[in-house]
Amino acid sequence: MLRYALKRLISLGLSLVAASLVIFLSLEIVPGDPAAAMLGINAEPETLKALRIELGLDKPPLQRYLSWTSGMLTGDFGISYTYRAPVSQIILDRIWISLPLALLALLLSTLIAVPAGIWAATKRGSIADIAIVGTTQLGVAIPNFWFAVILVLIFAINLGWFSAGGFPGWAGGPLPALKALTLPAIALALPQAAILTRVMRSALLDTLGEDFMRTARAKGLSQRQAIWRHGFRNALIPVLTIIGLQFSFLLAGAIIIENVFFLPGLGRLIFQAIAQRDLIVVESVIMLLVFAVIVITFLVDLAYAWVDPRLRSRA
Amino acid sequence: MKHLLGGIASLCVLAGSAYAQQTTLTIGMQLEPPHLDPTSAAAAAIDEVVYANIYEGLTRFASDGSVVPGLAQSWEIAEDGLSYTFTLQEGVLFHDGSTLTADDVKFSLDRARGEDSTNAQKALFADIDSVNVVDDSTVEVTLIAPNGSLLFNLAWGDAVIVDQGFTEDAKTAPNGTGPFKFADWVQGDRVEIASNPDYWGEAAKLEGVTFKFISDPTAAFAALMAGDVDAFPVFPAPENLPQFEADPRFNVIVGSTEGETILSTNNQQPPFDDVRVREAVAHAIDRQAIINGAMFGYGTPIGTHFAPHNPAYLDLTANSDFDPEKSKALLEEAGYADGFTTTLKLPPPSYARRGGEIIAAQLRAVGIETEITNLEWAQWLEEVFRGKDYGLTIVSHTEPMDIGIYARPDYYFQYDDPVVQAMMKGLDAMTDADDRTAVLQAVQTRISENYVNGYLFQLAKTGVADARIVGLWENSPTQANDMTAVYWKE
Repeated sequence: MLRYALKRLISLGLSLVAASLVIFLSLEIVPGDPAAAMLGINAEPETLKALRIELGLDKPPLQRYLSWTSGMLTGDFGISYTYRAPVSQIILDRIWISLPLALLALLLSTLIAVPAGIWAATKRGSIADIAIVGTTQLGVAIPNFWFAVILVLIFAINLGWFSAGGFPGWAGGPLPALKALTLPAIALALPQAAILTRVMRSALLDTLGEDFMRTARAKGLSQRQAIWRHGFRNALIPVLTIIGLQFSFLLAGAIIIENVFFLPGLGRLIFQAIAQRDLIVVESVIMLLVFAVIVITFLVDLAYAWVDPRLRSRA
Repeated sequence: MKHLLGGIASLCVLAGSAYAQQTTLTIGMQLEPPHLDPTSAAAAAIDEVVYANIYEGLTRFASDGSVVPGLAQSWEIAEDGLSYTFTLQEGVLFHDGSTLTADDVKFSLDRARGEDSTNAQKALFADIDSVNVVDDSTVEVTLIAPNGSLLFNLAWGDAVIVDQGFTEDAKTAPNGTGPFKFADWVQGDRVEIASNPDYWGEAAKLEGVTFKFISDPTAAFAALMAGDVDAFPVFPAPENLPQFEADPRFNVIVGSTEGETILSTNNQQPPFDDVRVREAVAHAIDRQAIINGAMFGYGTPIGTHFAPHNPAYLDLTANSDFDPEKSKALLEEAGYADGFTTTLKLPPPSYARRGGEIIAAQLRAVGIETEITNLEWAQWLEEVFRGKDYGLTIVSHTEPMDIGIYARPDYYFQYDDPVVQAMMKGLDAMTDADDRTAVLQAVQTRISENYVNGYLFQLAKTGVADARIVGLWENSPTQANDMTAVYWKE
């Protein structure tokens, strides 16, 4: 297990270095001068030059890459070109919206999908199964931003139960903040739940047909005990993979939902920063997301080994 | 499940009690300011928060666009027009408690025009020779050459007075002299300002204002409908305006802006170096069709680069009336009987993207093919504005009184005309209002008859506000949300 973990850790480190290079180089190529984006169309050439020097943009790319990466190792992400505030502080503010939102959505989607998937699999062919499969088909087909707009129409504009969006901050207590995240989390969770339900159902159906399930029943376990002890655990591998992928997606991919609900999360930060050519913010946030995705994949890998001992020996 | 429903029900109860006394207001804005220092960035969103609310200049724009006294209560202009002596208002305090003195004025103006200045409108101060402190409440500004626009220039948000202890911290916690103080900024979500009890002039009527940032047009609509914002002075979805007009809870406020929306033309790139080709383009364009199609009917056709609400405006739309036959004849005369192909590079605003499609179709009708490229602002600045690598582009020039750009041969549309350059130089030296009007009208006529750019329409300001709000600016003489006179009706 230790060797397996160590091997995974080394590949994690290499992935990070490669990612930082790709991110930096691709942003170097993107046309657009941050100073010009900030000063607009009436700026004089000497003013632009003064600002470029102030931002450190006059230094050669290699030097900027090294100071960026070495800074990150010590937790110093640099200073945002547009906000003129430490990037780490900006990210920290935003992550307190994106992370809870992603966790809430993931929790909701898992709580819905796992029981629904198990139920559908055990009642295969019944009306309940057909209804669940049919609903998931719909859930996969509906784009989350459209669903979000419908939620706003019903619960914010017609019923007035929720704000149409915005985020009050955590300073006023957790209740208003959670309330602001409720509709966005539902909008994010339901399409994900639909996918997860289908995966759970088919994974469990696959294991139900395995020999060891018959053996378990022959041993005298009831259907329920057999599913819980042997079937569910074996069906978990594909489900864990999807949950891992979904968490990364929810963390980085909530840009559209954040726009619909005007939540100041990481997605909207990247969106704004790209438009304003606040390259240092773009680089750092993407790097952070890459880091999160890689770490999550690492954790999912470890979870495989925990769920399925065969994987440990193979590594 | 019961618990979940119970939780949702109790959350809903919490939401109910927000409407007691209406002394605060929430304003919706599409873009968030990058920081709150109007003297070191071009972003309009900065002025939309701080102008007249937090920061003030020696002079300021009133809602009708006239220049009125700000921190300077009066001024004297020397006979030769080379020196202005400003007398400051009495008892002006910065929000941190320090007193405004002539030293702060000198510091602010010297900083804006200094060598390492990052002021986005540094040209406003180009004619200033020196700023001298006469006594604590008197400042003398001397000029290199007479400049009739000085008082106008000093009214810009880029010319506000900051305290002489100005540091980078002011970018996130501004220290001004205005009727509102900075209170809080939750980045990405909102900026809050609160009324300043020590204000030197008439106090603001509201206790506090929140500027909330909502970039998505659909979300802006939902936020107004759900009551999360009380007013959206520049509402991003004109297609929803009829719905608000029909709703008695809202007022739709339609005003004018300083934005001349033009089909900018690269005057040095063939075939646009031929005035006949530029004239052909002008006659190929149906302005009203663009206003109807791209702006849902809001906007005023223009025939030159000047705001129609300005007293010196000349209606020259007849110079470029819609006449495709004339357009084809001109193209033939210029040697392009079979038309030609050019580039049309479009920045993000909807006037450009929607308007661009319509213009492309209109040009195709006379034989001009366009290759449309959609650009982000940063790309547009790099390729079109700086690189001058384009044939045609559409952009709204929102700076007030910016006809002077036609005297800059290196400006992105590359119009090099010694006559206009001489006229603008002459204008600087004039202080008499009638003389100035005559010159401004001569320049308007000259650029209209030279078809420098395709003049399309004056951008309208379309806002939506709760019907009980009084005192919001209707027009937009500068990009600002002046909240000093705003209040809630009973």
